[in-house]
Amino acid sequence: MRKLPLTVAVLALAAAACGGNTTPEPAQSGGGTAAAAKPLDGVKIEVAAKWTGEEQANFEKVLKAFQAKTGATVTYASTGEDTGAYLGPRIEGGNPPDVAILPQPGLVQQYADQKALKPLSPEVQAQIDQNYTPYWKELGSVDGQVYGVLVKAAHKSLIWYRQTAFDDAGAQPATSWDDLIGKTAQTLADSGTAPFALCGASGWTLTDLFENVYLSSAGPENYDKLAKHEIPWTDPSVTTALQKMGQIFGKNEFVLGGASGALQTDFPTCATQVYGQKKAAMVIEADFVAVTAAESGAKVGEEAKIMPFPKAGDTDPVILGGDTAVVLKDSKGAQALLEFLASKEGGEVWAKQPGYLSPNRNVSPDNYPDDLTKQLAQTIISAGESVRYDMSDLAPSAFGGTDGKGEWKDLQDFLRNPSDVKGAQEKLEADAAKAFTK
Amino acid sequence: MTERLDGPQAPGDDIPAAGAPSGPIETRSAPAPAARVDSSTPHRLGPSPRMAVFFLLPAVLLLGAWVVYPIIYSIFRSLFDSTGDRFVGLGNYGSIFTDSATLTTIRNNVIWVVVAPLIVTVLGLIFAVLTERIRWATAFKLILFMPMAVSLLAAGVIFRLVYEQDPDKGVANAVITAVHDTFSSSAGYPGARPRENDQAPAAVQSGAVVTKQQVQAGQPVLIPLVGLSPDVVKDAAPAKAAPAGGVSGTVWLDVVRGGGGTLNQIDPQEKGLAGITVEAVSGGAVKGTAETAADGSFHFAGLPAGSYVVRLPQSNFQAPFNGITWLGPGLITPAIIGAYIWVWAGFAMVLIAAGLSAIPRDALEAARIDGATEWQVFRRITVPLLTPVLLVVFVTMIINVLKVFDLVFIIAPGSVQPQANVIALEMWRVSFGGGGNQGMGSALAIFLLVLVLPFMIFNIRRFRRDER
Repeated sequence: MRKLPLTVAVLALAAAACGGNTTPEPAQSGGGTAAAAKPLDGVKIEVAAKWTGEEQANFEKVLKAFQAKTGATVTYASTGEDTGAYLGPRIEGGNPPDVAILPQPGLVQQYADQKALKPLSPEVQAQIDQNYTPYWKELGSVDGQVYGVLVKAAHKSLIWYRQTAFDDAGAQPATSWDDLIGKTAQTLADSGTAPFALCGASGWTLTDLFENVYLSSAGPENYDKLAKHEIPWTDPSVTTALQKMGQIFGKNEFVLGGASGALQTDFPTCATQVYGQKKAAMVIEADFVAVTAAESGAKVGEEAKIMPFPKAGDTDPVILGGDTAVVLKDSKGAQALLEFLASKEGGEVWAKQPGYLSPNRNVSPDNYPDDLTKQLAQTIISAGESVRYDMSDLAPSAFGGTDGKGEWKDLQDFLRNPSDVKGAQEKLEADAAKAFTK
Repeated sequence: MTERLDGPQAPGDDIPAAGAPSGPIETRSAPAPAARVDSSTPHRLGPSPRMAVFFLLPAVLLLGAWVVYPIIYSIFRSLFDSTGDRFVGLGNYGSIFTDSATLTTIRNNVIWVVVAPLIVTVLGLIFAVLTERIRWATAFKLILFMPMAVSLLAAGVIFRLVYEQDPDKGVANAVITAVHDTFSSSAGYPGARPRENDQAPAAVQSGAVVTKQQVQAGQPVLIPLVGLSPDVVKDAAPAKAAPAGGVSGTVWLDVVRGGGGTLNQIDPQEKGLAGITVEAVSGGAVKGTAETAADGSFHFAGLPAGSYVVRLPQSNFQAPFNGITWLGPGLITPAIIGAYIWVWAGFAMVLIAAGLSAIPRDALEAARIDGATEWQVFRRITVPLLTPVLLVVFVTMIINVLKVFDLVFIIAPGSVQPQANVIALEMWRVSFGGGGNQGMGSALAIFLLVLVLPFMIFNIRRFRRDER
């Protein structure tokens, strides 16, 4: 019996540790008097998203604001990199979280087909109509029914560079792909700094690069067709895009560590290689590199700068990724949380955190902590309908979103062997055909 | 290993009502031959069959829910496609053997089964025999056994770091490069190369830098190189043009911090590259060799008149040895097996050491008195007497290896996971990790079960025999 209290204490400790980050302290927030005023007092909501570390902490600040406003208790569950693998079993088991934030619209479609999603309430839809262009509404809909709302956008048409490296080499930001390869990268390589740090171990960074080059060189119509697999991956337009990528992949002095080094480098290590270890000059990834750059001690906007992804053809590419919030359990709390996340109010709380970009057009750019994000927010909102969504995220996840499979694997193989454009296209087409027929 | 799968007298047919062959009941109900005689009489020893069923029920229910039902359902599920609606018969099993990615997993599992259990058992045996002789045996065993206390996931994270390519981070490469560098130091200027354009006076030819034009005596040669940071040579002397006379020239770093400077011309702030071997080549043969001075200038002494090409051999630009790419597609499986051995060798050692202490000493003493060498004692006495234990360790390791999952999942970076993949990991990937095809996943699970089954049966048989 003497052991029992200890065991209980340990269990309690473990339980506290598990929920530690998100458990609110109701005692602190004023007790009984305040509770009466809050509409969702005592309601428990579980929200699952893939964010960890800094991004998770930032999101939890938003949840805190929601808790303070409504009195509900929100717990955050991290799904890890593979959201489908986390949610799938929980949905099958009949125990999904109340709200999930899905990294791919493909999952919205998949779960809607499984009838795992609840349609959004009229209040949430009103917020969407008020704050979003129709393009975003359509993105969250399946068969005319609105299931999801994009709560976090990622600007994926950027190249981040390190100002000191550019100064030392005398390199300039490029405005066209040929300039990027022939002038900027070549000048950097000549001065002894590897121009690019590629995150080859994280396949999605390679699909992002491909999409920018493809949207720019093949145009938006082809982009839409390829995204729906209406033209095959063996199409000549894909050849062009891959050849352009090969201009980087094929030159050992252009890639930090060469192809084999890049294939062992995951995201965000590649960003650290640029801003922390100062081994390379550029990293081609989205706005969220800002978080890593800041962690590495580079001041965003001064040392860590961005250039828009240079034109590799006729189109200035603007590609977005983003996270879509959906409701998996029909509860008042879940719909209220979505309403908050889709609202101007919620968006502005979030906008004050670094590394966040809102697709909400009523979130004033003044809320962002730095000029760079303000500028990004403007481009997304003003670009409106001409923006394209990340292609790999629109594809079935077996093709566009799985480590070691489909497009991720095929582009990694292409990085390993950039001379074999035709072989890469054939593999991409074979994998796409398999994934799209299912 | 203390599970009693059978009573000492194997009275299995005694209590048909019990059904499952597990059991305290059986051993209790048949403690002595007397029970058999009494079984027809109303006053039997021990609890009634009804009582036996009652006590067995929880175990039967739990085993049924957690083992039997999942197996049966997996077999059933494996006959359907990803949606679970369409019956595909043995189609999923067929695609196990036609899909090249899945065939890679099978190949990797074969490598694992052939290599890992053998090495673990042999290492365990060696450690067990050696620790018998040393003074600090317990401490040694404790240290070797320690990895067992670490979860496989943590072990995976550790080894992901151990195998890191960068010698500043990865222990494996740190050791290898340290050893390598003590035997051959890498000098020179790795990464230096001429510019790649038509104006550049030199170009790369099979690793060496060679002048494009023929060179005559009296015309100093300029060989500008790039690809190095000016910081690397910031203490070097400024580059100087070589004095005319004979075949001479300058090798220098044609890079100015912040850009600018005249390309292919020596600017005042540019530094010479000292210590570079320069060869004068004529008709494919090396006619003279020189070395650059501190300011990058070189001069061939006593070279007959004529025209030459000037060559900077590849040895000047040899990249430093950067260790082994452990986590590349070629070495990934051996690397993960290494981590596995680190975890399990201690376990094998402890089991084998226990077996070793049970060997009758007199046999060993007798052999030694008869004049056997230590090696003969080991080969002819110790190993044969240990065979049962060695087999158990070996077979347990095979079962363990067949279902290896976590180490592969953690250690292999995303880009080489297809090359490192094993059946258990593929099963998870296909069903949950984005594939969403639980029909195929179930087929792989059953396939794995079929592979493990013979070894399970073998082990159970052995245990039974040992009980008797």
